Amino acid sequence: MELNQLTAHELLDKLRSKQVASGQILDSLYARIEAVEPKVKAYARFKPGNTQANGLAGLLPVTVKDNICTEGLNTECCSKILCGFRPPYDATVISKLKKSGNAIFPLKANMDEFAFGSSTENSSFGPTHNPWNLECVPGGSSGGSAAAVASDEAIWALGSDTGGSIRQPASFCGVVGLKPTYGRVSRFGLIAFASSLDQIGPITKDVEDAAILARIISGYDPNDSTSVNQDLPDYTDSLGKDIKGVKIGIPKEYFIEGLDPEVKLVIEEAIKKLESLGAVSKQVSLPHTQYAVPVYYIVATAEASSNLARFDGVQYGYRAKSDSLIQMYKKTRAEGFGEEAKRRIILGTFALSHGYYDAYYLRALKVRTLIKNDFDAVFKDFDCIITPTSPTPAFKIGEKTADPLQMYLSDIYTISVNLAGIPAISIPCGFSKSGLPIGLQIMAKPFNEGMLFRLAHAFEQSTQWHKVKPRL
Amino acid sequence: MAIDKGTVEQVAHLARIELGPGELEKLSRQLHDILGFIDKLSVLNIAMVEPASHILPISNVLREDEVRTCLTVDQALENAPSKNGNFFSVPKVIE
Amino acid sequence: MRYQTVIGLEVHLQLKTKTKAFCGCAIDFGKTPNSGVCPVCLGFPGTLPVYNKEALNSAIKVALAFSCQIQEHTKFDRKNYFYPDLPKNYQISQFDLPLSRHGYLDIFSDNKTKRIGITRVHLEEDAGKLIHESNASMVDFNRAGVPLLEIVSEPDLNSPQEAFDYLTSLKNIIEYLDVSDCDMEKGSLRCDANISLRPEGSKELGVKAELKNMNSFKGVKDALVFEVDRQAALLEAGQAMVQETRLWDAENGETVSMRNKEGAKDYRYFPDPDLTVFIIEQTMVSRIKSQLPELPHDKMRRFMRDYGLSEYDAKILVSSKKNAQFAEECIRKYPGKDKKNMANWLIGPMLSEANSRKVELHELNVNMEDLISLIGFVENQSISHLSAKLVLTQMIDSQKPAELIIRENNMLQISDTAELEQVISGVIRENEKSVTSFRAGKTNALMFLVGQVMKKSAGKANPKIVGELIKRRLTDA
Repeated sequence: MELNQLTAHELLDKLRSKQVASGQILDSLYARIEAVEPKVKAYARFKPGNTQANGLAGLLPVTVKDNICTEGLNTECCSKILCGFRPPYDATVISKLKKSGNAIFPLKANMDEFAFGSSTENSSFGPTHNPWNLECVPGGSSGGSAAAVASDEAIWALGSDTGGSIRQPASFCGVVGLKPTYGRVSRFGLIAFASSLDQIGPITKDVEDAAILARIISGYDPNDSTSVNQDLPDYTDSLGKDIKGVKIGIPKEYFIEGLDPEVKLVIEEAIKKLESLGAVSKQVSLPHTQYAVPVYYIVATAEASSNLARFDGVQYGYRAKSDSLIQMYKKTRAEGFGEEAKRRIILGTFALSHGYYDAYYLRALKVRTLIKNDFDAVFKDFDCIITPTSPTPAFKIGEKTADPLQMYLSDIYTISVNLAGIPAISIPCGFSKSGLPIGLQIMAKPFNEGMLFRLAHAFEQSTQWHKVKPRL
Repeated sequence: MAIDKGTVEQVAHLARIELGPGELEKLSRQLHDILGFIDKLSVLNIAMVEPASHILPISNVLREDEVRTCLTVDQALENAPSKNGNFFSVPKVIE
Repeated sequence: MRYQTVIGLEVHLQLKTKTKAFCGCAIDFGKTPNSGVCPVCLGFPGTLPVYNKEALNSAIKVALAFSCQIQEHTKFDRKNYFYPDLPKNYQISQFDLPLSRHGYLDIFSDNKTKRIGITRVHLEEDAGKLIHESNASMVDFNRAGVPLLEIVSEPDLNSPQEAFDYLTSLKNIIEYLDVSDCDMEKGSLRCDANISLRPEGSKELGVKAELKNMNSFKGVKDALVFEVDRQAALLEAGQAMVQETRLWDAENGETVSMRNKEGAKDYRYFPDPDLTVFIIEQTMVSRIKSQLPELPHDKMRRFMRDYGLSEYDAKILVSSKKNAQFAEECIRKYPGKDKKNMANWLIGPMLSEANSRKVELHELNVNMEDLISLIGFVENQSISHLSAKLVLTQMIDSQKPAELIIRENNMLQISDTAELEQVISGVIRENEKSVTSFRAGKTNALMFLVGQVMKKSAGKANPKIVGELIKRRLTDA
């Protein structure tokens, strides 16, 4: 195996025992990128031949999504409106990585513009391709991060998850993706999509890497008012523990029409596997599940419409030429934002506007409470909840671009988690007949990431799915 | 609730986004569909439910009134599409 | 028809914390443009706000000083609108759950005390500044993110003078709290006014105009006076009023309509998801309340009670925090029994010296011990009240002690009766007419004779003693 194919914890062992030097790891990564990146397009602003290892400080390079601020390094959210933007600061997660001795990989991962999407087709740099089938999407919005990890163009990566943007691409690309509890990871320096839903999380080759990376980036940050000051356990302590007696709830609302029968079968197999390891499962109900997508598309777009107001051509990024201020604003935003961004900004503006606020935004916030209450009720009796990460495996590029509503529904299983603020992980649990990966989603109580790692690791160690690599 | 072209046009103005005629047409149709889907929320009885504007139970997050270093003027203006001396420059604001 | 004027004021107050509302940038004005900024107050992507503890404390102090009810649950909302001085194109402000509501402020207007309702005191952040050039506007974000309080009054003010008195009173209280510079010319206090007229006796409010761009208390008053006349004339002429924003043009002394900006405003307020809610516990409110300094009204009552001052005098002394401090110290140090003697000196000669020099009492640099000694000279009749005032002027000008000035100028009064008798004898001799008049019962004549003695003694004779002596001489004989 090449170095770039190894997991981070395997490489850390080799680095510590001085079997390899960090330069060698970079060399092998760059060689891989030169070879497959033209097919996968996992990175934004990649130019062939431009990947000489230039002495990165730190041990293992982390691939970072283009919406996480990196000091002096372009951070554009894959949007024309932020073209050329180099933040004069690091996101808190980046500072934490640097402090822990990791390097920030100089290429940033491709994504749906401002994280608006489920397929990484809405990038100003063009779509990323699924390493398992280049005609398919890698999922989104962190499709670049997931595809880079799956294709061994990255050791590990950071994504962001607002409605499934880490878990769904992890599932489509056959890798591990964690959305931490809201407030667990600082959002400072994450270019906001929806502030009450966004979380940064790891996308990795296996559960152990996810536990290590999650631990590094988590923790209280006084620069983020929504960061929670709570004990941060060492997640690797949860690895290798048995899962005897762990109580799993299986929500019936997730196994209905629209769920691909192949996916259903694979998930059922996975649940059986967990039961064979000692866990006990029982059907439960999350009665307001069907309302999650509508609630999400009001709450998230409303917050986004305000968060993205700052992109106006005054202080940074793209500016359209005009002699009138109002025209400068309107043209800059018309030309700078892609179609989906404009759609969501206008939807969100509408939901907050006079005369519609109560009917849309306020109503959505109230139903959000009901969705959270559903989870609270189940977690009184269960340690975790298991569902498919996505109702289908990866779909074809272009398949859903004409119908935004169909695209929105592909997040149907991931969105509730963000609305409730709870943590969830997606791990590989099998393949479709056509050879596309399928992901298992595990959810837990707030700040109970340890439970996720414990269950996910037990499952992973008793299966081989995470070891299968795409042929490129 | 239906959304017509006039409303979309008004909202696009509030959001400071220029829409071409074709774009307005298409977007109005799409938003109409999306809002139709969202309207399923109206069947729920939510009269007694508290809105969850913050999902966390945390409150009173404050910082001490302590000075931190600012950016230099150059850093502040480094990304500016248009500047004039130490100022950001924009098309003339007419009041 | 007679109209009633209805005015409500919106005051924006910059809090003088060390740092901005949501970031650690030092608040330091007059600096190079865009030098007091950081990614947070510039609204750079990815940055997040964390509210300043001291700003919250100051805000609660202000709300309590206006007897507002502090709301147990309060939160920040975003007010969304595009403007180049607004870095995020939304302002962090408060909408439906403001920090405090239902307060009041007592004003003293037209010799009457009137209670003006305060609708709410809420927290927000300031915007940057725009400078307009011929073909572009330039933006300086140094001011962006400075903590502001918005203090909204009820429409309880019924004249431009009341509005002026309200502002004076408000500024006075804030000065005592020491949480803002309250300088309208420098922009640390800003005021918009809503004004409408209605027929006397009518309950319904008329169509209002919102006045902006006033940069002094007098400007507010002038703009309101102009607006009362303008609106009255329109109403008289039977013309329909339009609700609009008008800018005060101080140079031409008129309000000018702002061309109606395209479309109605729709600020799309919603709770700021980047900030948490605030639960203001009663214990915190009590703690801050216990730390409040004595406010002008309480100080006035105490001055009246403890020092026997009239309401009028006490009010004058407390109308400036620094004057009140200086006065109180003087009164405390004053050894005499009747504290009012000292108070009279402060309200009288001292304050008129200060006013003519346009400074506060303490800035006259009068040493308190010296002032007490000067008053002592008057009290033991060593100098006249009139000369004492001259001495005071010299004390301020020359910074010499009172006693020295009195001796240098040979100003001690002659109270030695033997010395005075000599002068009196001369005066009686030379003014037989007046002596006859006095004896005939004309008391005016006595005044004349005393005056003559004063003249001969170059003003140093003690007029009281002189009067007694003359009277005795002329009636005994």
